[in-house]
Amino acid sequence: MIAALVIAQAVTPNAIDKFGNALASGIALGAIYAILALGFVIIFKATQVVNFAHGGIAAFGAYMVVYFATVLNVPGRWLSFLPFGVQWTLSAILAILVTALLGVIIERIVIRPMIGKALFAVAMITLGVDLIIRTITVDYMGNQSRGLGDPWGAGVFVFGGIRIAHTQVVTVLVAMIAVGLLAWFFRTRTGTAMRATAFDQEAAMAQGISVGKVFAIAWGIGAALAAIGGIFSSVFPRGAAGVTPFTALIAFRAFPAVIIGGLDSISGAIVGGMLVGLAEVFAASYLGSVSWLGTGFAGIVAWLLMMAVLLIKPYGIFGTEEVRRV
Amino acid sequence: MRGRPLLFTSYPSEMKLLPTTTKRVSMALLLVIVILLPLHALPFLGFLGDSDWLLIIDRMLVFAIAALGLNLLTGVAGQVSLGHAFFMAVGAYTAVLLGGVSGNTIWGLGLPIWIWLPAAGAMAALVGILVAPTAVRVRGLYLAFVTLGLVFIGQYLWRNLGRIAGGPTTGRDWPPLEFALWRGDPIISFSTDSSWFGIEMIRSAKTYYVLLGLVIVFAVLAKNLMRTRIGRSWASIRDRDIAAEVMGVAEAKGKTQAFAVSSFYAGIAGALMGAVFGRLIPETWDLLLSIEFIAIILIGGAGTITGTLLGTVFVVMLPRVVEELTLWLANQAETGGAFAWIADFFVATGSDDFGFISTSAAGPGLSIFQLNIVLFGVLIIVFLIAEPLGLYGIWIRVRNYWKGWPFTY
Repeated sequence: MIAALVIAQAVTPNAIDKFGNALASGIALGAIYAILALGFVIIFKATQVVNFAHGGIAAFGAYMVVYFATVLNVPGRWLSFLPFGVQWTLSAILAILVTALLGVIIERIVIRPMIGKALFAVAMITLGVDLIIRTITVDYMGNQSRGLGDPWGAGVFVFGGIRIAHTQVVTVLVAMIAVGLLAWFFRTRTGTAMRATAFDQEAAMAQGISVGKVFAIAWGIGAALAAIGGIFSSVFPRGAAGVTPFTALIAFRAFPAVIIGGLDSISGAIVGGMLVGLAEVFAASYLGSVSWLGTGFAGIVAWLLMMAVLLIKPYGIFGTEEVRRV
Repeated sequence: MRGRPLLFTSYPSEMKLLPTTTKRVSMALLLVIVILLPLHALPFLGFLGDSDWLLIIDRMLVFAIAALGLNLLTGVAGQVSLGHAFFMAVGAYTAVLLGGVSGNTIWGLGLPIWIWLPAAGAMAALVGILVAPTAVRVRGLYLAFVTLGLVFIGQYLWRNLGRIAGGPTTGRDWPPLEFALWRGDPIISFSTDSSWFGIEMIRSAKTYYVLLGLVIVFAVLAKNLMRTRIGRSWASIRDRDIAAEVMGVAEAKGKTQAFAVSSFYAGIAGALMGAVFGRLIPETWDLLLSIEFIAIILIGGAGTITGTLLGTVFVVMLPRVVEELTLWLANQAETGGAFAWIADFFVATGSDDFGFISTSAAGPGLSIFQLNIVLFGVLIIVFLIAEPLGLYGIWIRVRNYWKGWPFTY
């Protein structure tokens, strides 16, 4: 049925344009999900914590950009000689750093006391953290949507009938830079310590690695990645009006990406994010007009995909299978 | 044997529901209190019989049934489920499909309660059994994500199945709580004001008695499940699934049973929620509802019936208590009472006033609704860090202290 619909749509004129547009925005959305999933996986790998507060942290990052770039104009007010794009980028970097600090604070206050406790209990704690962060940020930033300052506006690259927004290109570039930086980070001394900790906490401790410091760094990096995801999911023109109280819900579409790739796999997060982003955009553009699917089908494609993957591979595509010892 | 309550000489005596005289007496007292509650007959607590309080207490009783179900699945069998709201919705929509009134755009068969209430539970249990194979296959935190997915897929379904769920923003009416043999006028109605045996009773008081009866039945059922073979097999799966399998406990069977029973409870609670509140929209069954139940069993104490009930009272009553407290503080701030200085600091009464909590929606502080959500989060965190056994653990500590009083042990 669905295949027939896709074929029927494919033979109509402009089929290539439609496909190209969907592919471009699918890859851009996939990059956002991949970034969010990456932050989630880094926190899970290093600290064994499933971070349900990821969406709240992502929205916090986006709100911080609103605050720094449009309300306070920091650091642009002292650097007015720079072009607007650079000022905005500096504000965004500041916001990402503040969000990273939030991640470290969360780790220090509520996660550190729970080391060695049941994974489920720690996961529930992050659910509580999510409620707190979301409610307080929304209270301070208001219920209405807030623009992020639109650094790239509505600019598009046009290739025939295919239109690629500047924001989409920047999103993919930033995602690639972030992945590259992470790859470099894992080869540094601290990164090696983090990989050792992820492998075996006790053995790492015996080697003189400060596991607490590794935890804090992992939460900092995870929160920073969440902030990047939050910013690019709400910057114009993707989040048409900016960041809203619903921005935090984006994490609930990134979770399937994590599970599809495997909870503890870095490359899985990237593959899963791309798959989910492409699936969502293609469902929206090719199945959006199918009446019996109703509204909002694109929003749950990720979850359906996740269930299908889990039935075949219970630990995701790249996830490590749990070894069951008697 | 008198005076030595911890000395058991046979298994039946150890497994007794109420082993000691103290427990029997306190349970009888509790029963008297809950029966007198809506009649304005209790000293000091008479205000609980007012209709606005009874409405919250009715909500609490419905939540108690659902929480008992989640406690069996998560607390006893150890399967983390964020999908309780989904199973409640399945029950609720089964009930409204069978018992609701049909209209131009909605379906409903108008059948009586003795069909739609058990059917709601059965349907939810069936869906639970369908989900269970996934639960058997994926483990631990992966299961939390699968059940989380159920909530979102469910919300998509309810929004689009307009004929069953009503419009996304309008919802539809549930059948009222009334007993009839078949379609037609009810024999007993629990949802109108009238007098019973010469005592004038408002509708929420009658609903209260029906729900109270159901809560008692379901609590005793859960307790009995926990202390017999099935419950012990669940507990063994929770504690160490491989060890359980080695001992001959069928893991897949146990998990399926746990899902079915827990979903049955959820289905019944969902149907009752519709019947008690009348009109519900599809957005009712969202993730926050699931989190509320997780919070109930964590705050109350996972794996215990008493804890679950305590947790329900705590979580459902909290918003109202916070509201009363905030309004009282705001009143203090305005009239300059003895606590005005505290009130001035915490409560913002106008848009230009500083305060952490705001009584007006436009004020700078958190609204009462927002404050409740934040408190919720804080309580989940505090209880998990400081007292993993929840309110039940606190109660055990207090009891043990007085058991040995005046000695420390």
